[in-house]
Amino acid sequence: MTLLRSILLRREAGIAVMIVLFCLAVGAVKPQFLTFDQLRIILLLTPLIMIGAMGQMLVIVARHVDLSIGSMLGVSAMVSGMLYRYVEVMPWWAGIPISIAVGATLGLGNGLLITLFRLPAIIVTLGTLSLYRGLTFIISNAKQIDRQYIPSELKALSQTSPIMGIPWIIFIAFGVAILTYVFAMHTRVGRQVFALGSNPVAAPLRGIKVTQVTLLVFAISGALSGLAGILYASRWGFVNPSNTGSGFEFQVIAAVVIGGASINGGVGTVLGTVLGVLLLGCVAAALPLLGIPGTSQAAIYGAVILIALLIDRSVRRQGIVSLKRAGA
Amino acid sequence: MTPLDTPRPAETIAPSQQRWQTLLIRPEIMTFLLLVIGIFAGSLLSPFFLDVNYILKSFTLYSELAIVALILTMVIIAGEIDLSPAANMALSACLFAWAQASGIPMPVAIGIGLAAGLAMGALNAWMVISLQLPSIIVTIGTLTLYRGLAQVIAGDKSIRVPDWFIGVDKIMLAGVPLPVVMFVVLALVLAVVLGGTIFGRQIYQIGTNEVAARHAGIRSARIKFSLFLLIGVVAAIAGILTASRLGSVRYDLALGGELQMVLMAMLGGTYIFGGRGTILGTFLAAWLLVIVSTGMIVANVLPAVQLVVLGGLLIVAIIATNLIYSRTQR
Amino acid sequence: MADALPLISARGIGKQFATVEVLRDVDLDLMPGEIHALLGENGAGKSTFAKILAGVHRPTRGSITLNGRPVEVTSPIAAQKLGITLIHQEPISFPDLSVAENLVLGKADDGWFSRMPWAKMTREAKALMDLLGVKIDVTRPMRGLSIADQQMVEIARALASDSRLIIMDEPTAPLTPREVETLFGIARRLRDEGRTIVFISHRLEEVRALCDRVTIFRDGNKIATDAIGNLSDADIIRLMIGRPFKEYMHKARAEIGTVALKAERLTVPGLFQDISFEVRKGEIVGLGGLVGAGRTDVARALFGVAPAQSGTLWVDGVAVSIKDPSEAIALGLAFVPEDRAVAGIFRSLSVEENITAAVPRQIAPAGFIRRAIERAMANDSVRRLSIRLASLRQPIGELSGGNQQKAILARWLLTDPSVLILDEPTRGIDIGVKAEFYDMIGELAASGRAILLISSELPELLALCDRVLVMSEGRLTADIPRAEATQESIMNAAVPRRVAFEGVAA
Repeated sequence: MTLLRSILLRREAGIAVMIVLFCLAVGAVKPQFLTFDQLRIILLLTPLIMIGAMGQMLVIVARHVDLSIGSMLGVSAMVSGMLYRYVEVMPWWAGIPISIAVGATLGLGNGLLITLFRLPAIIVTLGTLSLYRGLTFIISNAKQIDRQYIPSELKALSQTSPIMGIPWIIFIAFGVAILTYVFAMHTRVGRQVFALGSNPVAAPLRGIKVTQVTLLVFAISGALSGLAGILYASRWGFVNPSNTGSGFEFQVIAAVVIGGASINGGVGTVLGTVLGVLLLGCVAAALPLLGIPGTSQAAIYGAVILIALLIDRSVRRQGIVSLKRAGA
Repeated sequence: MTPLDTPRPAETIAPSQQRWQTLLIRPEIMTFLLLVIGIFAGSLLSPFFLDVNYILKSFTLYSELAIVALILTMVIIAGEIDLSPAANMALSACLFAWAQASGIPMPVAIGIGLAAGLAMGALNAWMVISLQLPSIIVTIGTLTLYRGLAQVIAGDKSIRVPDWFIGVDKIMLAGVPLPVVMFVVLALVLAVVLGGTIFGRQIYQIGTNEVAARHAGIRSARIKFSLFLLIGVVAAIAGILTASRLGSVRYDLALGGELQMVLMAMLGGTYIFGGRGTILGTFLAAWLLVIVSTGMIVANVLPAVQLVVLGGLLIVAIIATNLIYSRTQR
Repeated sequence: MADALPLISARGIGKQFATVEVLRDVDLDLMPGEIHALLGENGAGKSTFAKILAGVHRPTRGSITLNGRPVEVTSPIAAQKLGITLIHQEPISFPDLSVAENLVLGKADDGWFSRMPWAKMTREAKALMDLLGVKIDVTRPMRGLSIADQQMVEIARALASDSRLIIMDEPTAPLTPREVETLFGIARRLRDEGRTIVFISHRLEEVRALCDRVTIFRDGNKIATDAIGNLSDADIIRLMIGRPFKEYMHKARAEIGTVALKAERLTVPGLFQDISFEVRKGEIVGLGGLVGAGRTDVARALFGVAPAQSGTLWVDGVAVSIKDPSEAIALGLAFVPEDRAVAGIFRSLSVEENITAAVPRQIAPAGFIRRAIERAMANDSVRRLSIRLASLRQPIGELSGGNQQKAILARWLLTDPSVLILDEPTRGIDIGVKAEFYDMIGELAASGRAILLISSELPELLALCDRVLVMSEGRLTADIPRAEATQESIMNAAVPRRVAFEGVAA
């Protein structure tokens, strides 16, 4: 198999091709889609999902699912928001470590329930999805944190930066992606996450501390949700107890699944997930241009998840078939 | 070189767990006890709790979800899960409401709603059973899709239904609101089906060990397919009932309902991994949930706190169910 | 050599699982630089003993010394650190990770966030593979490697941690003869390096070809240890079974009638090819072969679990197409699968429900279950097959293995099948119960049913069958009538004829 062919057969190439085809198709109808300005818009739609998707990718690779990331995003954003509002001396940057810490703690909570009681992650996080969302209301007394209370320096992160005018938030998102790549491919515990998802039965027999690795993965998912939370405040300028983070989990799962991570664990790449996020970003950006109302976004995400599952399945079958033919 | 003279204990009669233990330590008992405690606690909060009519009226608010939860219980026992019924309710209701608002005669509009529910169930069934995809992810995808389609159809508006159609919850049969009667009757029917028919027995067998079920000649694909179709249709019925109760339909009908349905099933002792659970358990759990929710409203608990309580209840329920089942596990 | 220090000394090893004693007072010395076989029937204790050495189980009694010092092998990881590795028959690995990673994972004690030394790993992995003389690309994922290659990787792992004792648990069952030779070559090389290999098997020819010394287990006891040259095959068998071989050769003669099941050129590409055979009423036809030869796949095709892609099937002279087990049952077929835990029992459901699982229309004619009928049928089955239980309503998981298997057999007998396919029906069953099963199988044939008996136990095939079919690598290689059936003739057909098996005893 030539190098070119082996690259092309990879999932990531397929997504890249889909992105290009999609953009060309939209560009044919609305040429303004293919401008740098549009690229900026697309990229701006993605940083929160990108960050969340990195965490979710690790969770899915470990053979779990985390449905509570949207609610964790909400709580961490709200905690920082409340602090900004009521604590006069709070520096503008303090929200970042605080939100990350809050998220990590909530994620750890998920992890503890899952490991201590041996419960399926999907149901636990379905429960914490509500529980944490409720917490958001309680902390904020059901009131929104309005624009004037969010520090302008924080908001500036999403507007610009000295580097070609690209907002810091995009660098942060890609930075998280790079860190995730290093974690997943070049640290021992990162590889253990993949091993755990690939064969959970064998993992303890080979010296992997399953409980600790699982806790770590959920804590990371929470921490990244927390980061996404404070960046939500940065991007949108307010924090609302019912909206902030609502529906986040579905967009993130859609991106991760499109990106080629397998629900059965053990398989997933950062590059694929990034491309998945970008594809969703292109779709989201194209909708208003094509005159499709924003209310259809949810439907499209749902359809996208299903289509990704279908593609995933046929690719896997093909992959096995071609492996067999190659005499492997 | 004689073989052992000591008896081989492994082959003697295996002592089974004490009969009374297996009979009493069951999740349904736990649910029942919680229900009794709940009523007691509720009565302390407000004298209304001991008023049967008040309880029945409160139940109507949850009756649609409870009806679907009964079918969901069977789906979970069979080893699958469906998170899309609440979204199904919304989409079916929106299609139904839009149809009749466009002048289509009511029976046809209802037919459209039901057909939509069936189609949604069929999509789930096809992807899970024919394509062998994991039901959890598929139904997350379809729940997003269906809710989104409901949004596309209804936008941000409410679609009204004709006045004569409103108020199914006001119809009383022997003093009991009609939806509650429907729930009880359905529960009775399903309890008989699940507990006394071969169809029900095979659902348990499939959920316990699908490979063994196939080898025994049980048509597991067919049975699971029919369960997904059934829950699709029942969700549509529930959606239309809700339309009658509320008087209008919005895209966010039953938003978050999937949590409550799963909660009813879990609180009722349904084992998330399949093979165990009862209609009785879910039946009791539905009442329990109504008591808890109503109690919180009466106690002026914030909606936010209610969410916390529900989420917490779900987690507690699965922990307890898991513990109980693992003790009787071999 | 005689006064060399043993590598491992086990004294008084006993092991009890709940109330069952599976090992009793075992004393054994393993010397460095030897290949030592553990022989014995199923349940004799050889595997349990090996697992104790490898840290999978803890002994209930007894002690182990390593190089003269007492040790406690508390877990597989502790065993690895002590230099003891167990190679499983079906190696456990992480299929999505590369070969090189599988070699390394869990070995290092480095911190969580220490860097993965990819280049170094790949180099070392390649070096190990070269050492073993095996051509595997270490950068590719483990998924898709043949079982033989997976075993090689496990051996490489053992070498990577410089194991002095390598235990191989029935490694040759899924291997082709060429792969077996490669494995043996490596084992000999390791022995010459001074390591100790423990070889668990029930295949006498291989043991004779490879091993230096042999220890025989029976019913949880160590019976004898000796150099392989000092024991003849008859000696070994006698020690293993404890009674003369002939005693199992009882067979009720049944009247053989018309052809009940006929298969012609059944094929599933990749699994089996051109399988054609007949089974007549009253006949017991054995199907022998090595594990992986495709026998269970043929059974699954016959029963509709995984239908054949080409070929034809006749039941009672009528051409049929079976796409689903329910169709097979309707045609009068029954299939007792190999692994009852996976494909047989509904563990948490009652014995009653398990027994009646295949006859829904009999217990529920109108859809509603008639408990009285079900109870009567179940009681009848329990009586007929002497199933020992506390109550019909207890979960079947509480029964012993033998009684569970009886319940599964009862399930199928209720369907009154004309063709009964049994896949390793006595695996994991106590010797006493085995005899009961043999009697039952004989009676079933005598009552006019056609029986296809898949078995890896040669004595079983020889005792029960009128004819023995043999499969090898997906093809039927022999159809041996009872008179000509011997362990050698079956084995010869099970092993492909092209490759002569080195060192086979006469």
